[in-house]
Amino acid sequence: MIAVENLYFSYRDGAEVLHGVNLEIADGEFLAIMGENGAGKTTLIKHFNGLLKPNVGRVLVDGVDTRDSSVASLSRNVGIVFQNPSHQFFSETVREEVAFGLRNFGYSGEVVRKEVDRILETLELTRYAETSPFMLSGGEMKRVALASVLVWNPKHIILDEPTIGQDYRQKEKLRKLILQLNMQGKTVVIVTHDVEFVADCKPTVVLLSRGRVLGEGPAEEVLVNQKLVDEASLLRPQIAELMGSLLDLGVPGNVIDTFQARRILAKSLLRV
Amino acid sequence: MSLKLFDGFRFTRRDTPVHRMDPRAKLILVATFFVGAVIFSNLLVLLAIFLVEIPVIASARSLRRWVRTMRGGAAFALLIFFMNLFFGGTLSLAIALTLRFIILLSSFSIFFLTTSPDDFGLALQQAHLPYTLSFTFTTAVRLIPTMAIDVQTIVDAQKSRGLELEKGNLLRRIRNYIPILIPLIISAIRRSVELAEALESRAFGAKKTRSSMVTLRMSGSDYFAVALTTVFLGVMVYLYLFSAVPSFEIPIKIPSLLQLF
Repeated sequence: MIAVENLYFSYRDGAEVLHGVNLEIADGEFLAIMGENGAGKTTLIKHFNGLLKPNVGRVLVDGVDTRDSSVASLSRNVGIVFQNPSHQFFSETVREEVAFGLRNFGYSGEVVRKEVDRILETLELTRYAETSPFMLSGGEMKRVALASVLVWNPKHIILDEPTIGQDYRQKEKLRKLILQLNMQGKTVVIVTHDVEFVADCKPTVVLLSRGRVLGEGPAEEVLVNQKLVDEASLLRPQIAELMGSLLDLGVPGNVIDTFQARRILAKSLLRV
Repeated sequence: MSLKLFDGFRFTRRDTPVHRMDPRAKLILVATFFVGAVIFSNLLVLLAIFLVEIPVIASARSLRRWVRTMRGGAAFALLIFFMNLFFGGTLSLAIALTLRFIILLSSFSIFFLTTSPDDFGLALQQAHLPYTLSFTFTTAVRLIPTMAIDVQTIVDAQKSRGLELEKGNLLRRIRNYIPILIPLIISAIRRSVELAEALESRAFGAKKTRSSMVTLRMSGSDYFAVALTTVFLGVMVYLYLFSAVPSFEIPIKIPSLLQLF
């Protein structure tokens, strides 16, 4: 479990970014942290593996205060995948790039080879194993970055803006992968302002604005709440907009995914 | 990775006599310190230059940033000191050469702390340097803070993949920086290519001569500063040519390590 208790944080230049954040992420939970640029989303997740330490309050990861542990040992259980993959690649081949984390955690030889093969297979990267990570397309780079963290099988997985630069098909694959990881019992936290992606995944949503938690709840409740969504400078998902504009047909207003919307609309069209 | 060293080179807008000084006058002043430090290895002269520099930094109200830079350069200064002390030098020479390094670092620090990149670019331009050259320089200066942010991002990403920078012996620690340096260099190259494309698509260099809205004008106090600097430089050159400075030795003998071999 990741527990954030009354977290205040300001950077060295003095700007306070988080003002008293409280958040509890249970094991196996699927959570999306949403909010406008500069809301403090990335600052918040950097506390989960101890890259940043609270000024006030504390962050507990599986009961351990992040202040009492090193980033390396926290990262063993909390895998953070950052937004821009080109800010981490340095190896000659994708295989070596993905193996980096495992080697840092002390694995070697056969184990590394097996685990790297496994994750490359899962993320459909096997044919790029001997390619330079810099020669890949944006979407493939994102997947290599993801593989380079998933490879050591962390218990909690944090993804910072995973959908940026991904086409719709890739997003769909990413959604399936996330759900699969979550089904395996892993905690998955995504940081994003992609409302459509969140509407498709339907995780628990935490809205963050100017360093404070505005609201928390199931996606189909939070994302249709016009007031909350406005306050967080987001837009409602397109399906919610559509269903919201058809309320006089007698359709419910809290629908955010395509599948459910299709079913309801088909039924009411038949009635007309 | 410590980026505190850069704090002593990053411009902050303040209203002090040094900040207000014309960039050209300031360049002359700083160049004088620089030249003085390079031509002399006499402890007394270097000490004198250093003692002139301190009030300049103080009047720019930048002492704290300067100290931070010096702390960043401390390791290198110590290296210079001990290398010179143990390999054939005297104590006074070792101190003098360390002081030379500190003066050079401080000269750069004074200039960049108190001169906005725009003013500096303007000064270069009005000295009839090609615009591409002055633009390249100001852009480089302006990109330093951006690169500092990049370094932080890269360090965060690699630490999150289990990299421990402070682990292992000296050689291992140096190797630990490879995963930081390669992404940094690559992102710098990528950025410069993108910047060049953006500039060209906005017709950079279409006209050979450029006019600018602001023209620098030397005020009375700037001329006074230049005059004072010239006198200072003149005195140094006189001393250098006629070597009128008494040589000064600290009477402590350090056994040279060279004798051991």
